[in-house]
Amino acid sequence: MITLLYFARLRETFGKASEEMEMPPGVATLEGVRATLAARGGVWAQELAAGRAFRAAVNQDIAGADTPVKDGDEVAFFPPVTGG
Amino acid sequence: MTANVRVQNDDFDVSREIAALRQGNPRVGAIASFIGVVRDLNDGDSVAEMTLEHYPGMTEKSIEEIITQARGRWDMMDALVIHRIGTLKPLDQIVLVVVTSAHRGEAFAACEFIMDFLKTCAPFWKKEQTGKGGRWVDARAADDAAAERWQTKA
Repeated sequence: MITLLYFARLRETFGKASEEMEMPPGVATLEGVRATLAARGGVWAQELAAGRAFRAAVNQDIAGADTPVKDGDEVAFFPPVTGG
Repeated sequence: MTANVRVQNDDFDVSREIAALRQGNPRVGAIASFIGVVRDLNDGDSVAEMTLEHYPGMTEKSIEEIITQARGRWDMMDALVIHRIGTLKPLDQIVLVVVTSAHRGEAFAACEFIMDFLKTCAPFWKKEQTGKGGRWVDARAADDAAAERWQTKA
């Protein structure tokens, strides 16, 4: 299982702040997780389309498409940050 | 050397925070600070209030990393970052960055560097309430540019 977290606009659009997900067979990177979620269709496909301006973190470090993801990891998706 | 990072709902007292940061350290010759506050106008619309959301844990970690990077670049002493979350209104203070150093050059530069990277790397998001309803604030290209210029300028 991995823990998925969503923040700000993505949290509102997806209608949830977090969920647990079984790692699908063969998925080992952030890109794999993104594609799995986008395959749900609807807002998931829209917001997590490749090339959309979202950011992701694995275990609280900013991550890229190739970042490894394994069982037990915390994976977060969120819009570009706007603090300060 | 201490790095203090706080994320809190409560307001902060700038002079008290600065006094605490430099307390008893006679080597401090310069203190630079930045205070971000809520404006009542953004992108042409009047803003009644805003709500700040963050990613607990990652926020503190990312700001600590930014301070560590600043330490590697400038001869600074201590740093303090306070960032508020929750609902804020125009005139409210949002963020405080304080850097102490022996001399002003390092203090100014490190303070600006920390703030530029906080804007682009620390996971905070603002949602504004305007006459047209709530809207999430978009990231600005100007903020990315402000952070990127540090890549070439030491």
